[in-house]
Amino acid sequence: MSLYPGLDAPRTKAYTTIWTGIFFIGLILGMAGLYTATKSVDYVWRWYQVPDYFYYLDTIETVSEIDGMISGIETKDGATLVTVKNPGETETYTLPTESLLAAKGDFIYAGDPIGSQKKWRPGLLLYGLWITLKASFLAIILALVIGILTGLMRISDNPALKWTAITYIELVRGSPLLVQLMIWYFVIGTLVNRLVMDLGFSKIPTLWFGILSLAIFTGAYTAEIVRAGVQSVNVGQMEAARSLGMSYFEAMRKVIMPQAINRILPALAGQFISLIKDSSLLGVISVRELTKITREVVTSSLQPFELWIVCAALYLVLTFGFSLLVQRLETRAM
Amino acid sequence: MIRAEQVNKYFYAPHEIHALKDASLHVASGEVVVILGPSGSGKSTFLRCLNRLEYAESGTISIDGADVLDPKANINTIRAEAGMVFQSFNLFPHKTVLENLTMAQMSVRKRSKAEADEKGMMLLKKVGISEKFNVYPNQLSGGQQQRVAIARSLAMDPKVILFDEPTSALDPEMVGEVLDVMKSLANEGMTMVVVTHEMGFAREVADRVIFMDAGRVIEEGTPEAFFNHPKNERTQTFLNQIL
Ligand SMILES: Nc1ncnc2c1ncn2[C@@H]1O[C@H](COP(=O)(O)OP(=O)(O)OP(=O)(O)O)[C@@H](O)[C@H]1O
Ligand SMILES: [Mg+2]
Repeated sequence: MSLYPGLDAPRTKAYTTIWTGIFFIGLILGMAGLYTATKSVDYVWRWYQVPDYFYYLDTIETVSEIDGMISGIETKDGATLVTVKNPGETETYTLPTESLLAAKGDFIYAGDPIGSQKKWRPGLLLYGLWITLKASFLAIILALVIGILTGLMRISDNPALKWTAITYIELVRGSPLLVQLMIWYFVIGTLVNRLVMDLGFSKIPTLWFGILSLAIFTGAYTAEIVRAGVQSVNVGQMEAARSLGMSYFEAMRKVIMPQAINRILPALAGQFISLIKDSSLLGVISVRELTKITREVVTSSLQPFELWIVCAALYLVLTFGFSLLVQRLETRAM
Repeated sequence: MIRAEQVNKYFYAPHEIHALKDASLHVASGEVVVILGPSGSGKSTFLRCLNRLEYAESGTISIDGADVLDPKANINTIRAEAGMVFQSFNLFPHKTVLENLTMAQMSVRKRSKAEADEKGMMLLKKVGISEKFNVYPNQLSGGQQQRVAIARSLAMDPKVILFDEPTSALDPEMVGEVLDVMKSLANEGMTMVVVTHEMGFAREVADRVIFMDAGRVIEEGTPEAFFNHPKNERTQTFLNQIL
């Protein structure tokens, strides 16, 4: 109806008010229903525990490794040097002055704390969020590059380039991401890491195989979007640019691509939002991203309701943030 | 300046068309040649073959001595010498008016930004829209857009400009302003090949008129001879229909 205003009689004010009310009543009923349902299974909500998985106060103790006497306490540049001495050995520990527990002349045993300090540390969920963010960001950049190159190859008249692009696109779009992840990790990963280790380098981290497979998967879809975008730009634009003497690639880069990207931005955004969500599959190749971390935390904390809800909310923050960013780009571009 | 001999062009899709049949055209430096003819007679195709926007199957075409149909020729440098003005303007919508004029100057002619800007502003003044240098093309009227397009091709200092029905997409009241710009170009001695349906322009400005029908050039002469004493029967019917 709102798509075609004016085709029907305008709605009355009461109509709008009543149906808005019904929406909110529905929302409240839904939430109340969920709440009573959890009550009936005796679920104890412990939301207050959730912040600990983001940031928590950690106690770090400096302990002596030997028995002995504290023979010297020296303060230098805000740090304190504590020397523990016994007839056979001497050990020196450096710790922040305010965390000092021991005094000069104290006799301590191995394992006794010399100092104790409290420090805020990022929790597991934050770590998982960071890995998801990192993997998604790198994969999006890579997918964009792959997509633009492959999209251009796809419309090239060079058979080698064109058929390479078609083969890649069809191959990747023809199987599930989960299966591709397995192939990247267990097949390609094993082969590559064997090779790399034979050459005397250290193994490539699993995260990289995950990022690569996400990028290659999304790149195929991006290529088709890019191709459609380029083809949607009027041929007259290319003709105008070429008749000014610009080369094909120059015209592509300066005239066609900017217009194409502008048009495909919403479709690209959708694809990359899918990528962010698909990164949750990286857990199966033991990348500790948000979903896998949540599963770990649920196992240890036994608070699945809160944690899975928080996990979903965090993905929502990422995807929503991303689409806001794209919207900014879109309004700037035109 | 332009020599096109026995040019043949076929289109194969959607069905085979022999669009140009042994079409020839010579344009001397400083000359204004107008191509007339009924719709579908191959005027645009002929014009587009001249700077290789369409690749002619046979014949020879040269612009200022450079062989256009030689696959090894650097077509980009040849095209830079032959400006083109389209019926649908084809301005770059994502660039401002001035950027439309400076982009190719910088990338093809390798001019500095300052040089290109200066030249661009000079040309915008010449076509009478220098105050709009900073707006985007879609904020201009059709006539203004076409004048920017003419300025854009002038910015490359071309030896010849090809016009493909530059006023056909314009509202009647804007045709005049574009024709005026073209007239002043002709008076300055610019070499021009113009496909148009504006008979007034042909009569007044053309040094020579060429008439095409069904892919052939069937009559050629001064505007005076062409309009007053057409030799060919097809030309006579055409002139009767439109005059
Ligand atoms: N890209 C193309 N593909 C297939 N056929 C084409 C193509 N361009 C032109 N033709 C055909 O070639 C013939 C000549 O077309 P052209 O556009 O040169 O005519 P024109 O004289 O410019 O006509 P108009 O006055 O309508 O612009 C027509 O039969 C047309 O259908
Ligand atoms: Mg035409």
